[in-house]
Amino acid sequence: MADFEPKIVAFVCNWCTYAGADLTGTSRIKYATNVRIIRFPCTGRIDYMLLLKAFDEGADGIIVSGCHPNDCHYTSGNFHARRRWIMFRELCDFVGIDINRVLFSWVSAAEGSKWADVVNTTVTRIRELGPYTEYQKVAKHPIREVTNG
Amino acid sequence: MSKIGVFVCHCGENISATVDCAKVAETAAGYDGVVYSIDYKYMCSDPGQSLIKSAIIEKGLTGVVVASCSPRMHEPTFRKACAEAGLNPYMCEMANLREHCSWVHEKGDATTEKAIDLVRILVEKVKKNHSLNAIKVPVTKTALVIGGGIAGIQASLDIANSGHKVILIERDPSIGGHMSQLSETFPTLDCSQCILTPRMVEVAQHENITLYTYAELESLEGFVGNFKAKIRRKSKSLDEKICTGCGQCTTKCPVKKIPSEFNEGLGKRTAIYVPFPQAVPNKPVIDRVNCTYYIKGKCKVCEIVCPTKAIRFDQEDTIVEAEVGAIVVATGFTVKQPDFFPEYGFGKYPDVITGLQFERLASASGPTLGEIRRPSDGKVPEKIVFIACAGSRDPAKGIPYCSKICCMYIAKHAMLYQHKVHGGKSYVFYMDIRAGGKMYEEFVRRAIEDDGVNYIRGRVSRIYEKNGKLIVKGADTLLGAMPVDIDADMVVLATAGIANEGSEELAQKLHTSYDSYHFFSEAHPKLKPVETNTAGIFLAGACQSPKDIPESVAMASGAAVKVACLFSQDELTREPLIAVVNRQAAPVFSSCVGCFLCVSACPYQAIEKEEIKNRTGEVIKTIAKVNPGLCQGCGTCVAFCRTKSIDIQGYTHEEMYSEVMALLNEY
Repeated sequence: MADFEPKIVAFVCNWCTYAGADLTGTSRIKYATNVRIIRFPCTGRIDYMLLLKAFDEGADGIIVSGCHPNDCHYTSGNFHARRRWIMFRELCDFVGIDINRVLFSWVSAAEGSKWADVVNTTVTRIRELGPYTEYQKVAKHPIREVTNG
Repeated sequence: MSKIGVFVCHCGENISATVDCAKVAETAAGYDGVVYSIDYKYMCSDPGQSLIKSAIIEKGLTGVVVASCSPRMHEPTFRKACAEAGLNPYMCEMANLREHCSWVHEKGDATTEKAIDLVRILVEKVKKNHSLNAIKVPVTKTALVIGGGIAGIQASLDIANSGHKVILIERDPSIGGHMSQLSETFPTLDCSQCILTPRMVEVAQHENITLYTYAELESLEGFVGNFKAKIRRKSKSLDEKICTGCGQCTTKCPVKKIPSEFNEGLGKRTAIYVPFPQAVPNKPVIDRVNCTYYIKGKCKVCEIVCPTKAIRFDQEDTIVEAEVGAIVVATGFTVKQPDFFPEYGFGKYPDVITGLQFERLASASGPTLGEIRRPSDGKVPEKIVFIACAGSRDPAKGIPYCSKICCMYIAKHAMLYQHKVHGGKSYVFYMDIRAGGKMYEEFVRRAIEDDGVNYIRGRVSRIYEKNGKLIVKGADTLLGAMPVDIDADMVVLATAGIANEGSEELAQKLHTSYDSYHFFSEAHPKLKPVETNTAGIFLAGACQSPKDIPESVAMASGAAVKVACLFSQDELTREPLIAVVNRQAAPVFSSCVGCFLCVSACPYQAIEKEEIKNRTGEVIKTIAKVNPGLCQGCGTCVAFCRTKSIDIQGYTHEEMYSEVMALLNEY
C-alpha cells in the first residue's frame, strides 16, 4: 500500500477553479502530482455520468470544483451543479459507490493556495482509502465495453 | 483519419526545469493519429509559431496540441497561428504544462508522467473536435460607467470625447468621489477641488454623457456589445427638472445635526441636503432615514419654503433600462472604520481620527475652514502624531497588502500641519517609506528636511488618555527599539484602504471575479490590467487595488481606450462555444423530445421552442432551439438534457468523454 499512487481526476470550471489552479502555479505553491485537471466551461456543464465514467476507467478519486455560490460566471450553473451533487450523493450511496471518493468544493480564481489544499487533502484521503477496486466489481467490464461501443 | 501535431514548449526553463520535454514529445509521437511531435524552447515566439504553421502546411495537420502555458494566457496566440496556416482555430488545444504541472511540482518522473497525461487527453480531445466558425454580433455603442469618482469621471469624459454615448451612474447624490474630499494633493500641493470641479462640471454639461446620481446598478444581462442594464434611480424626493438649486430648503430644514458623510462625520448636515457646495448636480436630496416627515409624518418645511414647488414626498425609485455595449467599473475604495483599531482608541477618543478626516480638517471647504483644530474641543493641536500602516501590511488584521497611498499622504498631512500650525510638532511612526513615483521621494524628503517633521521608524502599540493628552506608546527601531512615549494632542491614523462597500455584490451582478480582499480582479496582472475576465467589462481606479490619483486617471483613460476600440467595430466576433440541439433527417428530425427541461436550466433564456411542420403546415414535432445570440455557452442545459440531444460546441459529450477515457487508460 505504501507505493500506492492514487489516480485523481479533477472536473473544474474554466472561470474560477481553473483560473485558481493557474494562480497556484503563478504563486509556485507545490502540491501532489496525482491530479489531472479537465476543463469545463462551468460546473453546470458537468454531467455526472462523466464521474462514473472516470471511476469506470480506473480513477481512485474525483474532485469537482467551481465558483463559489453567487460567483458563477454564468449566474447559476454552480447552483445546478450543487443540486445535482446532492442527488448524485444519494444515488452513489444507494448503489454502493463510496462517496468519500468524491470531493465537491468551491475554489475561486483568487484562491490559489486553497486549490493546493483541496488537491492535497483529496490525495491524502484517497491514499488512506486505497485503490478503488470495488467499483470494478459493481460495474462489470462487459458494461464498459458496451458503452465504449 | 486525424493527423495531429504535438508541440511541447520549454517556456525557457519554466517547464523544462521540472518536466522532461523531449520525453513528452517523444511519447506523444507514439500515439494513434499523431504524425508530428516536437519540443522547442519558446513556442509562443515568432520562430515557435512558424514551426507550428509550417508543420500544419507540410504535414497537412488536422489538429494541433500545444503543450505550454495556461490557455488563459496563449490560447488566442496559438489559435491565430493555426488560422494563419489554414487550420480552423478550434482544432487547436492547449495542454497546461506550466501553471498546472511544472510550476506546482518538483522535478521528477511523476511530473513528466503528468505532463504526458495532460498532452494525451488533449490529443484525444482534439481528434473529436469540429471546425467552428466565429459568431458575429452587433455592438451597441453606448458605455456604462459605474462610479463617479475621478476614475469614473475621466473614463466618461474620454469615452464621450471619442464620440460615443456614456451613461454615468453614481451611488451618492453628487459625483466627485474621494478626490472631492481631499484638501491638497501630493506631490504638488495643488488644491484638489480646483482641479476636480471643472471636470465634474464638464461631465454634467457634456452632450454625450447622461448622468444619473443617487443611482445604482440593479441588474445586468447580456454580453459584450449587447448588455442590458437595469439602473435603480433612488428617489431624491424632488423633481430635478423644476428644482433650481436655490438652497432655501437646506437652510430651513429643522433637522440639522446629522453627521455629514462628506466631512467624514466632523461636520453636520440637514436632512434635505447637498453633500458639498460644489456638488454636481447641485440639487438636494432628502435623506429619508433622518427626515422628520418620513419618521413622524409631519414637518414638510422644505415643501413650504420651496419657491418652485419641487419637493415630491411620494416620489418612488425608478428603474431605467439601458442597452450598453461596454461597462467601466470605477467604484473606488473606502477606508477601515473605528471598530478596527481598539488599541489606538479610535472611536473612543474623538481626537484619534482617520487620514480622510484630517483631509477635511485641512480643507478650506471643511468644517474648520482649513484650520487644524481637534474635534473634541476645537483647540489647535501643538503636538500631532501620524501613524502609518494602520491596518495595512498587518496580516494579523487580515490586510497583508500595502495600501500604497498612505506614505505619501502622511508626508502631505504633516507638511500641511507644519505650514498651518507654526511652532507645532509633528511625528510620523512608519514601517518603511514607500515613495515610488515621480517627485514622490523628493516630496517626503522635503517634509523631513525643510518642514522638520519627525519620522520615527517603529510601530505604535497603544494609545491612551492621561491628563487630557493622548499618550502614544511606540518604539524607535533605529535606536535599538528604544521605547518612545509622545503626549500628543491629536493622532491621525493612515487607515488601510479597502474594497468599497458592496463591491462583492456588484461583482456578482456583473459576473466578474474579485480577489480575496474583494477588490475587482483584472484579467492579467501585467498585460491586461484594465480588462476583467468578462469581455466588455473594464476596470478603472481603486476598485482594483488602492491607487493614487495619477494612477487612477491613467487607468481610467486606459479603460476608455479599450471601450473606444470595442466601439470602433460595427460587429464583434464571438466565440462559437455555444449549445446546439441536434438535427437529423426525417422522420426523426431531432432526438429532442420536447421536454424543455433545458429551458428551465438556461440562465439566459436562450432556448426557444421550434415547431417542425410538414408540407401541409401541420406541426409534427416541437423541439428546443438555441438562440446563438443569447447563448453564453455555460452548458448547464447539456447536463440537464435527458436524451442528450443538446450539446455544447467545444465541450461536446464526445470530447469530454474522450478526455476522461484518455486520461486513465494508460495512467
